[in-house]
Amino acid sequence: MKHLLGVEDLTRADIEELLDLADSFLEVTQRDIAKVPALRGRTVATMFFEDSTRTKLSFETAAKRLSADTLSFSVSTSSVKKGESLKDTAQTVEAMGADAIVVRHSSSGAPHRVAGWVNASVVNAGDGWHGHPTQALLDAFTLRRHRGPSLDGLRVLIAGDVKHSRVARSDVHVLTTLGAQVTVCGPPTLLPGATEGWPVTITHDLDDALCDTDVVYLLRIQRERQDAALFPTLREYTARWGLTDERAARLKPDVLVMHPGPMNRGVEISSAVADSPRSLILEQVSNGVAVRMGVLFKLLAGDAGAGGGSRAAGAGTATGAAGTRDVTGQGASR
Amino acid sequence: MTVHARAAGAGDLGRSSPAELAEIVVRGGRIVDETGERRADVRVRNGVIVEVGESLAPESAATIVLDASGCVVAPGLVDVHTHLREPGMEEAETIESGSRAAVRGGYTAVVAMPNTDPAIDNVGTARYVLEQGRRAVCDVHTAAAITVGRLGEHLAPIGELYDIGVRIFTDDGTCLGDSQVMRRALEYATAFPGAVIAQHAEDPALVKGGHMHEGAWSARLGIGGRPSEAEALIVHRDIVLARMTGGVVHFQHLSAAESVDIVRVAKLAGRRVTAEATPHHFTLTDECCASYDPVFKVNPPLRTADDIAAIKRGLADGTIDVIATDHAPHPAEAKDRPFDEAPSGMLGLETALALTLTELVEPGVITLQRALALLSWNPARIAGLAETHGGPVAEGRPANLCIFDPSHAWEVDALALASRATNTPYHGRKLTGKVRHTIVLGEAVVIDGEVTR
Repeated sequence: MKHLLGVEDLTRADIEELLDLADSFLEVTQRDIAKVPALRGRTVATMFFEDSTRTKLSFETAAKRLSADTLSFSVSTSSVKKGESLKDTAQTVEAMGADAIVVRHSSSGAPHRVAGWVNASVVNAGDGWHGHPTQALLDAFTLRRHRGPSLDGLRVLIAGDVKHSRVARSDVHVLTTLGAQVTVCGPPTLLPGATEGWPVTITHDLDDALCDTDVVYLLRIQRERQDAALFPTLREYTARWGLTDERAARLKPDVLVMHPGPMNRGVEISSAVADSPRSLILEQVSNGVAVRMGVLFKLLAGDAGAGGGSRAAGAGTATGAAGTRDVTGQGASR
Repeated sequence: MTVHARAAGAGDLGRSSPAELAEIVVRGGRIVDETGERRADVRVRNGVIVEVGESLAPESAATIVLDASGCVVAPGLVDVHTHLREPGMEEAETIESGSRAAVRGGYTAVVAMPNTDPAIDNVGTARYVLEQGRRAVCDVHTAAAITVGRLGEHLAPIGELYDIGVRIFTDDGTCLGDSQVMRRALEYATAFPGAVIAQHAEDPALVKGGHMHEGAWSARLGIGGRPSEAEALIVHRDIVLARMTGGVVHFQHLSAAESVDIVRVAKLAGRRVTAEATPHHFTLTDECCASYDPVFKVNPPLRTADDIAAIKRGLADGTIDVIATDHAPHPAEAKDRPFDEAPSGMLGLETALALTLTELVEPGVITLQRALALLSWNPARIAGLAETHGGPVAEGRPANLCIFDPSHAWEVDALALASRATNTPYHGRKLTGKVRHTIVLGEAVVIDGEVTR
């Protein structure tokens, strides 16, 4: 596996391997010294062309806990302001010695383009409306910890602006590949027009859909969608498609609530629901670090490791590493 | 001599005067033109076809003998839709480089699109293009914008432009969306016989924020869509406006099945409508965009297999009159960007004939003669060039000829094209049919596939 550009090509076995790897790294993140030398000498660059709090911090934390060096780039303080192209920027970052480039961009497919321009591994950290692979993996990881080990038959309701959501696109693929039954719900204007071939049930009636689900996954609603005549008002949106206190009160006790963040409290999700015990929102964030450690390890340390979800042993493709290594830091790393 | 005279007749073409040209004999080919098909040689002298007959012998040692064995000898191709990018975007193409691509593709005349910088919306800029065209290796004509600056508000000086020979008016690149302005343009142009209002039919509001065909692939790839209905709506509206005004409307690059059906019905009702389709719209689908490579980004966008089937039916049954290239060069750095940020358009001049032969003639969708109607004499008529281009290969006609081997198999190499740009979506694709020689007004500008000057 050279890049992680999307989830479309990942098989169930691929996904499960990445989640197993994340399991082993989750244990690392809970240690007193939450750091292993698995990627010592490797460099991970984060190249974010869009604002981000959690994804950027999460990738950088993941890289540091693997002992990789990190390069951070953000548009507002870079030569992009001087008109430097994505291609030149990516090649410049690679010339600094980046082994992996983590790309967030508002254009769908931007990471695919970057992968064609550099030799480094490219990780998609969110591209336009297309995909957010590590978000989908951490969502699956989080659900597996609560409803696992298998997600077969788990009913997941994804509600909100599916049309413009990279999270929804990736989650639909990853969750259904793992056996979950996914329903998407929202106003017709915020659902993709042509969903032939999407393995999902589509509904516009949230109240109906809530009766029949194990997990409710809310998507962020962006205020500018109102200006594009996609729905009349935020008030009407919340009344029909928001997870309000009233709706939450009708949920069965064991129904879980998720959100990729950042939330619009009071719009797609009420504050009380977001902070309730059934909410996994902050746990999603914590798990994100372990999942991204797994992804970076998988891409940079080669395919040899990652057996069985416990001891992921890289076969020494990393700079300066010879012989077998134990990524959890207990074994033979130098 | 005025430019108008040049457009109308076979006079001053700026290249070496016809009298200085060596005699050419085209030997061993099969002539296919509007009158039919026959085996004959062709003798060209002083820019004119002087003899068509069997076993013609060279008159002197200076005679250029062009081997046409196994080849079709046809009237030169005419492209009513070429972006030559000059003035303003010479890093992508110049009139000179574009004309080299044209003759290698078998074209003897091209009509430059006016979406240059500045736009060709006045006599001065139009004259500049025609002047530059004198140095070109094919006959270069220009279209002009319908509205000033292609902004869709005020009419460009259609009458003045008509007087210097402009026949096609278009805001191509953008749709003329305002119904009242479109109505006025159609109405006003009826004062000028042969003038045609050509529309890039995509409703501006419906395609806003869109970068590819709206459908299953755009939904999956997360790219904003440009729905087929945006085209069908404008096609329908403009047919209604043409009836209202008595004007003549030509639809550029039809891409959607529904639009083809609307044009078919309009023609049956006797409306004065013509339409073109491009090779990419009968060859490539929106699935190509799955690579996120903007070499496949074009407006109107690549659509579905069903749309391709409809375009083919339209080409076969006469609904669509013309195959046009929409040759749209872009410099590499402009396409080296994310899909939504890159400009639209793809090269077409050097592959159009081969794609027509490979995708339409070889599988039996249309006959070879119909292909040549679509590529040569029909566009020549629409562009007002029928006196010099597209006519029968017969004694006394201006010598604009395309000689191609319909069975020559080749592979497209983006770097081997004559265009300055390399943005062909067909790189690596195997095609059948290749131009061997092109004769522009009596001069052999392509011999054995190579441009001679």
